[in-house]
Amino acid sequence: MKTHTLSVLVENKAGVLSRVAGLFSRRGFNIESLAVGTCEEPNSSRITIVVIGDDAHLEQVKKQLNKLIDIIKVSDITYHDHVARELALIKVNAEAGSTRAEIMQIASIFRAKIIDVGTRTIVLEVTGNTDKIDALEKLLRQYGIKELVRTGRVAILRGAKTVASEK
Amino acid sequence: MKTGARILIESLQREGVNTIFGYPGGSVLPIYDELYDSSIQHILVRHEQAAVHAADGFARASGKTGVCLATSGPGACNLVTGLATAYMDSIPIVAITGQVPTSMLGNDAFQESDITGITIPVTKHNYLVKDVSEISRVVKEAFYIAGTGRKGPVLIDLPKDVNTSQLSAPEEEPGPVVLRGYQPTYRGHARQIEKAIGLLREAERPVIYAGGGVIESEASCELLELAERFGLPVTTTLMGIGAIPCDHPLNLGMLGMHGTEYANYAITECDLLLAIGVRFDDRVTGRIETFAPHAKVIHIDIDPAEIGKNKPVTIPIVGDAKGVLRDMLHLLEKRESNSAWLARIRTWKEKHPLKYRDDGLLHPQFVIQELSSLLDGNGIVVSEVGQNQMWTAQYFCFRQPRTWLTSGGLGTMGYGLPAAMGAQVACPEKTVFDIAGDGSIQMNIQEFGTIAQYDIPVKVAILNNMYLGMVRQWQELFYDRRYSYTELPSIEFVKIAEAYGIRGMRVDSAADVRPALEAAIAHDGPFVLDFRIEREENVFPMVPAGAAINEMIGGHQQ
Repeated sequence: MKTHTLSVLVENKAGVLSRVAGLFSRRGFNIESLAVGTCEEPNSSRITIVVIGDDAHLEQVKKQLNKLIDIIKVSDITYHDHVARELALIKVNAEAGSTRAEIMQIASIFRAKIIDVGTRTIVLEVTGNTDKIDALEKLLRQYGIKELVRTGRVAILRGAKTVASEK
Repeated sequence: MKTGARILIESLQREGVNTIFGYPGGSVLPIYDELYDSSIQHILVRHEQAAVHAADGFARASGKTGVCLATSGPGACNLVTGLATAYMDSIPIVAITGQVPTSMLGNDAFQESDITGITIPVTKHNYLVKDVSEISRVVKEAFYIAGTGRKGPVLIDLPKDVNTSQLSAPEEEPGPVVLRGYQPTYRGHARQIEKAIGLLREAERPVIYAGGGVIESEASCELLELAERFGLPVTTTLMGIGAIPCDHPLNLGMLGMHGTEYANYAITECDLLLAIGVRFDDRVTGRIETFAPHAKVIHIDIDPAEIGKNKPVTIPIVGDAKGVLRDMLHLLEKRESNSAWLARIRTWKEKHPLKYRDDGLLHPQFVIQELSSLLDGNGIVVSEVGQNQMWTAQYFCFRQPRTWLTSGGLGTMGYGLPAAMGAQVACPEKTVFDIAGDGSIQMNIQEFGTIAQYDIPVKVAILNNMYLGMVRQWQELFYDRRYSYTELPSIEFVKIAEAYGIRGMRVDSAADVRPALEAAIAHDGPFVLDFRIEREENVFPMVPAGAAINEMIGGHQQ
């Protein structure tokens, strides 16, 4: 079992996400994370899907995705040089005083931004790979995390190579 | 200026549609109003499920794309089973549904259902059309998607206001279909084909395993030529029946759960399996690890996702069966004789033919054999699902592709009668028989009304054992004869037929079978035959679920 990162170029149309998500659930494929947004082509969107499975399983995932009419290209970038990031917003308990200073110190070590300060809470914004966010989350848990939101992973190939439709 | 409904009808006509099976309702009234004066023949079924099965039967018999029409909400939902049936068997259908007006979408309006959402898993693709200007393009794309690559059903959902609104500019014919995400591969990879030929040359015990893909790609001639030129025995799936003539010396009949002993032995012993247009379905393979355990596998399929899905493959070839077989025929001039292998298969065939008790009682297999000899390879036979289906697959002699229509993948009871109706409309000159069980026929028996109204001369042969026969068979074999809810009361099907204005005949003895079938064939209109068969007859041989396919019940044990 291995974690794979798929970069999927799709038509930017209503219902495409539900086709993709539905395909995963009905075929028993497990989605670890899924992130969608428009991309450099106005008519297209790019979906980054993180999925866990063995090679045969991944082969089926890719082939079944490719069968969807609205999917333009499926690339497994796991074994290609790529950078991957996700973003998290973390609301942590922070009473004025020493805890607050500690949290701000942790934030600066992780290069997280403080984007909101309340009387009892601080909201941190952090981007990075999954491990980094996991580590920060673990550290902050001692202060009490009130709310946490993660985007899921987005990924892009390094260098000049792209995951784009051949034209 | 044209309305959406008018544009729809014209778009369908551009696709060559001359028949629609449908059922009206509020949301599709604009379409029905346009149909009223159009040249398209509309057949009013009695249930939307029958409309989609009829379109399916029409498609399987003719090779064209079948079309059905239903209203929003319940009408659309009633199509689901038929769409799933066509999807599993890769049958081209375009289904058109009405929808509530766009302004009411998502409001839980009267007769609203999210039919595009509901049918995503059972269609090749579907559309919710939100603007009148999209209709002609969507219809063109839908027919293109349904009828190319691995074929399948496509649904178009049309809100009522889209059908009534008018196009502001004059309508233009849609341009060529451009779909960035859909480019089926038709030509097989040359290098892979060469490698496959290499394996075929070396093989000592080759077997061809052919399926519905051969029928859908019209590759029967190429299959037969390949088999004959190189002495390759051919076994077919349920869906592949008719791809090679039943009485051809190289034909091994059907394989799998109710396959012939010789087909299953040949698969188990072969050293090369040439799989064409098949998907290694569990009803074919039994326990997958023991399926063709000694064989290298060449798999030809137009759908890349089928290759390696269930069984590892030595040589994958993505492409259209017809084209790939043609390329193979060009490359392979000669191969070593495998006469020892063919002789071994011949011995199996002689020693272990399909058989049933010959005791003068009314056996279903006898009914099918008699029908087979009367039709003599002509006509179209449709089955329902269950024992009737398996007996027909085993005992009817099919000589041509597109003469055997059955719900293979989904196993839909109630498929037969409406599909037979669709096939008969597609092929008015042919004799069309629906072979049914008393359970299955009652799932869409209301279609007696349609065949009577339009005088569609379908003949229905009910193999009546007053049981849900196949389920009873499983209960007999695996549940200690505890017939939990599988017994049906005696029903006078002839009276039901007569109530609809159809002639019928009840048959209680073997001696009456042939005259009854002759009377039905001679009759110029629909006809219902109620055969009171041996009640506890079983389908043999049978591979129990999860066993290896050479471990058959009711066959000779190797």
